[in-house]
Amino acid sequence: MRAQFVASEVGSGLRRNLTMTLAVIITVAVSLTLFGVSLLVRAQVDTMKDFWYDKVEVSIFLCAKGSDTPSCAGGAVTAAQRDQIEADLESLRPLVQDIYYESQEEAFARFQEQFANSPIVDSVNESALPESFRVKLADPTQYDVVASAFSGRPGIEQVNDQRQVLDKFFRLLGGLQAIALIIAVVMLVVTVLLVVNTMRVAAFSRRRETGIMRLVGASNLYIQLPFLLEAAVSAGIGAILAVGGLILTKSVVIDQILAPSFQFTAFVGWDAVVGIAPILILVGIGLSGLAAFLTLRKYLRV
Amino acid sequence: MILFDTVTKLYPNQTRPALEEASLEIEKGEFVFLVGPSGSGKSTFLRLVLREERPTAGNVWVLGKDLSRLSNWKIPALRREIGTVFQDFRLLPNKSVFENVAFALEVIGKPKAHIKKVVPEVLEVVGLEGKEERRPDELSGGEQQRVAIARAFVNRPKLLIADEPTGNLDPGTSVGIMKLLDRINRLGTTVVMSTHDAQIVDQMRRRVVELEHGHVVRDQSRGVYGYAR
Repeated sequence: MRAQFVASEVGSGLRRNLTMTLAVIITVAVSLTLFGVSLLVRAQVDTMKDFWYDKVEVSIFLCAKGSDTPSCAGGAVTAAQRDQIEADLESLRPLVQDIYYESQEEAFARFQEQFANSPIVDSVNESALPESFRVKLADPTQYDVVASAFSGRPGIEQVNDQRQVLDKFFRLLGGLQAIALIIAVVMLVVTVLLVVNTMRVAAFSRRRETGIMRLVGASNLYIQLPFLLEAAVSAGIGAILAVGGLILTKSVVIDQILAPSFQFTAFVGWDAVVGIAPILILVGIGLSGLAAFLTLRKYLRV
Repeated sequence: MILFDTVTKLYPNQTRPALEEASLEIEKGEFVFLVGPSGSGKSTFLRLVLREERPTAGNVWVLGKDLSRLSNWKIPALRREIGTVFQDFRLLPNKSVFENVAFALEVIGKPKAHIKKVVPEVLEVVGLEGKEERRPDELSGGEQQRVAIARAFVNRPKLLIADEPTGNLDPGTSVGIMKLLDRINRLGTTVVMSTHDAQIVDQMRRRVVELEHGHVVRDQSRGVYGYAR
């Protein structure tokens, strides 16, 4: 009896306020989709960090003929300098995990491979490319130790940290995430305001019923529950749409558009989507329910 | 049943209290008319009984409970023992007579079987048998007020508050409503009724409490509406 009464009240309330209900559903869906996408971007950054930080190296480029940095004033690196650098690198173990020496021939071969389709290959000869040490660090964040030990030393043209290049990219992604998050928060605020207004209109349009309920001694819960459920149901529908939007983002934008074009990197898996979906539903229903509850406390006082 | 002990009610942003040090006791089973000009404090008195307002000073006791110490969540339980009837009927226009009365039971969680049993009974008491499926706009004013009385009485309250129940009705219809309220009173429910209708008060010869400027100026058993008015 009770459940049936409440359910029918909720149903008629949602129908009566159809335009407002739709508005709530749409704003909840849009704001939560953006919120979900921003969470997905963060998961993506984490995935890429895990993937790339294992692979990044510090490159120590040695002077080649024609290098014009001050530390290369003495011309191309000498064999003695090279041996000394290698020995110093060895002394930095265990921070230095792997040391790999790339000769000019190897550098040239890699260059040719990388720019196979570009006419630039023909204009570069082997002696212009620097030989280098490729160093893998046990902890990639300790790059400064290597940089300060080797930068500017005679025979070394440049110390290069791939991680810094990646970090620029991650900062870009982080910026995108922040923008999505800010828009999501603004939209969520709009959603809350809309729910507050919807509840005000709903409470006003049913003031006759609620007035009678108060007089005959219906409990507060009984009076407010249909309104609260209305807010929760419309927010729940919006949240489910947002989860749908998130699934679409993962299956279409990531799996079908981004992943084939950027095969060199890893993308977030479905586990991230599965982790974010309940957050969206909880945030949607919780926020809308709270907004409704606080509004009703004001407009449906005993 | 009702005890007002030097009750003062001052609404916010007003200088003159709506009720000033009013004391009054109403016993179980009484039928009391509350008379006085508009603004004399009748409505405030009834609102205080229903705990729609709290007194600024003094104590209000209703059905053995000190309302100034009654916590908010106990208010619904109090109101379930008080029936209320108003000048404007306050029926739900999109519900039938039966549904209007049943609504009062549904919202306090009564089982369906109970509702099916007691609603026809109370509709018979108020003389609306056979009109269960009518909508309020298909009824006369007197019949609408009977629906409202049925809704107020369906829970067999100990106390019935009627705020000018005949205010919108013609004299002939009013007599019928008064007979009904009198019958409800004889069934054991205390009735407190505010009114401007001198004819009714004079005919009924019940206790009359007159308010003026928030003071009780007259309290008479078997009274009349007023002297030389």
